[in-house]
Amino acid sequence: MQATSRDNPGSVGIVSPHTLSFDQGITLQCGEHLPSFDLVYETYGELNPERTNAVLICHALSGHHHAAGYHEEDEDRPGWWDNCIGPGKPIDTNRFHVVSLNNLGGCHGSTGPRSKNPQTDMPYGAGFPTVTVKDWVRTQAMLADALGIERFAAIVGGSLGGMQALQWSIDYPDRVAHAVLIACASKLSAQNIAFNEIARLAIKMDSPPDVAPEAMPGLGLARMIGHVTYLSDDSMGTKFGREVKTGDIGQGRDVQFQVESYLHYQGSKFAQAFDPNTYVLVTRALDYFDPAIEHDGDLVETLRRATAKFLVISFTSDWRFAPDRSNEIIDALVAAGKNTASANIISSMGHDSFLMEIPRYFSVLGAYLDSVASEVDV
Amino acid sequence: MRVDLQHVADFVEENSRVLDLGCGDGELLAHLQESKNIKGYGIEKDQEAIEECIRRGVNVIEHDLNFGLDRFPDDSFDIVVMTETLQALESPRKLLKELLRIANRCIVSFPNFGHWQCRFQLLFRGRMPVAEHLPHQWYDTPNIHLCTFRDFDELCQSEGLQVVERSVVDPQYRKVSKKSGLSNLFGTTGFYVLGRPQ
Repeated sequence: MQATSRDNPGSVGIVSPHTLSFDQGITLQCGEHLPSFDLVYETYGELNPERTNAVLICHALSGHHHAAGYHEEDEDRPGWWDNCIGPGKPIDTNRFHVVSLNNLGGCHGSTGPRSKNPQTDMPYGAGFPTVTVKDWVRTQAMLADALGIERFAAIVGGSLGGMQALQWSIDYPDRVAHAVLIACASKLSAQNIAFNEIARLAIKMDSPPDVAPEAMPGLGLARMIGHVTYLSDDSMGTKFGREVKTGDIGQGRDVQFQVESYLHYQGSKFAQAFDPNTYVLVTRALDYFDPAIEHDGDLVETLRRATAKFLVISFTSDWRFAPDRSNEIIDALVAAGKNTASANIISSMGHDSFLMEIPRYFSVLGAYLDSVASEVDV
Repeated sequence: MRVDLQHVADFVEENSRVLDLGCGDGELLAHLQESKNIKGYGIEKDQEAIEECIRRGVNVIEHDLNFGLDRFPDDSFDIVVMTETLQALESPRKLLKELLRIANRCIVSFPNFGHWQCRFQLLFRGRMPVAEHLPHQWYDTPNIHLCTFRDFDELCQSEGLQVVERSVVDPQYRKVSKKSGLSNLFGTTGFYVLGRPQ
């Protein structure tokens, strides 16, 4: 896919992140208290005078606040969801005021394991408290308060981001008009948790975990495992097949397949940029996520209090959060009498499809957000 | 609105929970939401139709009816509507029973293969019938389980399904006499309100 040029009318152009400090602190679901914390965020598009056109973007495992546009003229790549957010794009910044933040516990500017613990004057590191999806949603609501946004026209998220949107609809029913849940699940399966645990174990093998990034093969390995679950057999077959990069299969010596080389590259690139403790923290948040637990596992009962309308999108080749996982959410929404639309998009690109510019996907998302925009008259 | 949908809408009571199987672009549900304050959900597999439902603000679930309706619990709706879809299903008999598991009333409409035009074309021209109410050529028709009204009546009887109401129209959507011989000859579309076996 070609990167959008920053001069392109479809790009939000040059953007700058902002930081808000919350000096009142927060007591997290685990009971631990953070005396203060920062959230870094970006916004695209204007907030209308009635303050009704705000859209919150919730990010997934390795995401962050930089969802669209460019930080600098010569930045290589735009924000992680630039193909979807911008003037005339499905999340249309001509109509919506888009807010995108880095979640608490992240490693892109918001308070997290790399931040200094004011009590010890040392980085929190692995001692950063456990953060849950519920905590994220609460801190996002605090950010919304600070930005003067009483109610979001829509909260949109893919994968773990979709889980946050779902949690929003339950925890703050009056503050979200539409929840868009893309390629997500209402809780992780045993297989999902298993992959996360393997990733965490790999990270723990980097000992100590806070050494120089280039010496963190464990974090790289964790990413390699995760990456395989984001793709599909088909998409890997199409992209790499059995192509050999070096060596000769006939001799069976020093062979490296293209797919191996690709995974090594992805792993080491990620290990240089990401924080291992954030990775552990976020995979734990994923594992623990289960909003229905408050109603003895009954998702229908849990969703009764939601007042939002829902759009649920899944992808046929996604095996991390397969279409059936979305169907569980859809069926619970219908049983709870919630307004719901759903689409199962044909795609060979696995879980990663949610980040791809797939014509039908963008068309459905655009159509839905079009109706959201009409509701708030923008 | 499509005339046949208006016909179906007349059978739906106010404030009911409606499941529309094969809801198309959501026209019926949108109308019922507005005129009868119903809570409706459409099931559809056609991508463009789904998007149209979304634009109209009609609840729509992407699902292929041929995969069954296990995902809907018993008595989860007041009424299930299925217009012009029965004849395109892989297992119409099985699905009919499912409809009456999900709700205790269902409305089914389908084209009549016993209409005189069909009989005429087959008998005198030796050709697969093509008519206003059955516009497809044999090689590209989605209709794999066509039947006559008499066939359907017999199925209801053998399955013990209660025919609560039955209305038959001609191509101009005028009601046709309820006498079964005549309606099976001159009716093109049948509307059946079915109830559970008693």
